[in-house]
Amino acid sequence: MKGVYEMGEAIVITSGKGGVGKSTTTANIGTALALLGQKVCLVDTDIGLRNLDVVLGLENRIIFNIIDVVEGRCKIQQALIKDKRFDCLHLLPAAQTNDKNDMTAEQVKDIVDQLKPDYDYVLIDSPAGIEQGFVNAVAGADKAIVVTTPEKSSVRDADRVIGLLEKENIDQTYLIVNRMRKHMMDSGDMLSVDDIVSTLSVELLGAVLDDEDVIRASHHGEPVAFQPDTRASISYRNIARRILGESVPLMAFDEEKGFMSRVKRIFGIKGS
Amino acid sequence: MSVKNHYVTMKGTNDGIVVYLDDQCSFNLLLEELKDKLLVSQKAEETEIILHSQYRYLRKEQVDELKKIVEENSHFIIKKLDSYVLTNEEAEEWFEKTTLKSTVKTIRSGQVLQVNGDILIVGDVNPGGMVIATGNVFILGKLRGIAHAGYEGDTNCIVVASYMHPNQIRIAHKISRAPDYETEGSDREFAFINPATDQIEVESIQQLQKIRPKLLDVFERGL
Repeated sequence: MKGVYEMGEAIVITSGKGGVGKSTTTANIGTALALLGQKVCLVDTDIGLRNLDVVLGLENRIIFNIIDVVEGRCKIQQALIKDKRFDCLHLLPAAQTNDKNDMTAEQVKDIVDQLKPDYDYVLIDSPAGIEQGFVNAVAGADKAIVVTTPEKSSVRDADRVIGLLEKENIDQTYLIVNRMRKHMMDSGDMLSVDDIVSTLSVELLGAVLDDEDVIRASHHGEPVAFQPDTRASISYRNIARRILGESVPLMAFDEEKGFMSRVKRIFGIKGS
Repeated sequence: MSVKNHYVTMKGTNDGIVVYLDDQCSFNLLLEELKDKLLVSQKAEETEIILHSQYRYLRKEQVDELKKIVEENSHFIIKKLDSYVLTNEEAEEWFEKTTLKSTVKTIRSGQVLQVNGDILIVGDVNPGGMVIATGNVFILGKLRGIAHAGYEGDTNCIVVASYMHPNQIRIAHKISRAPDYETEGSDREFAFINPATDQIEVESIQQLQKIRPKLLDVFERGL
């Protein structure tokens, strides 16, 4: 836990391409961090296409949203929704009726800066694309997590986004490879995690299998990370531990000589 | 013909006939004597000459005047204008064109790096990324995007990469792209325009000193 005078960390979760699992990843990392006792606030900046609340099963509880805060119709505390399962997990939902141009980067940064002292982590869910919505999402962040799937188009967009993040005020960019299919990677019909990391050359935070459990959990509005024993939930909880600075080796499903040693090396260097 | 002055001297060299123009006399005197000399040493067939102005700097109008006199009074063709002097502007342009710019950076999708002269990139060029140079492109990393050497038309420029697996390679006005089938890249290669085939070809880096022995010789590349 952070000390009294310590500010929380704002991390933006982004990808460029749509449908790679940004919201699912945000919800699950948030849940996993909450499981580890961290105080977490999730901020949905996907104005007009909000769904972080749906993934978390909190849709019915929304009264005020981020646009209401920006336009002064409510205080930030009034718009925050407490999670069903964890007291330490909060959500600032997006607005569904407005669009991305109804907020400015400064306004989002202002909100994130207001939240940071009260939380250990502020996770910002970014919309797809690299336009205003992306610029807004990135504005207040200290670090970034780029989510990609092992598809060429997704990796290409991730590369573009990492290039854009380099120009922003971001300390460090991490990578999550989502929707991995082990057998397709082995048969060479999909990019391997190794290929992706070597192309993007950013620190790998974790890889998550393409698992029915994830879809099922999200359908029921309960992030998969909350479950104790599925492979995906273990991946997410490992990612959360790595965010906290622990060095956790990658799970056995991707135990390959070259890859394992690489991952060990990556997290070995990180140390703390 | 008077013998008192020799403002114009003709010499045969390995490069052909060089006409040295005196750099101390007035320009008008020079023109007059050049005219006389040309009429005297007239040849029936067309011959190429090199005009050398030595330490005299010739402005563009003066060059035009010289050219006009040569054309009107002889069958000589001016192959090249030579001089020992340069303007600051020309010198800077030459410096710009022949010095190596370097950067430590990954050129990612959507990013374009453009320079005058040669470029050295210590890092990768990712798919969708692009490097453009008026000179050569050297990549100490993986080339998986697009590299364009000799952007302003220099067909002698090359692209060198530690690992060659590009979307496209462009040299001067030529474009070559990766085949439609899946390919593996290869280590330490360079691309150049083969004059025999007039196509961009790729060779292993060991062949470079055979194919472009004077690659980094700035005087070879001139102005």
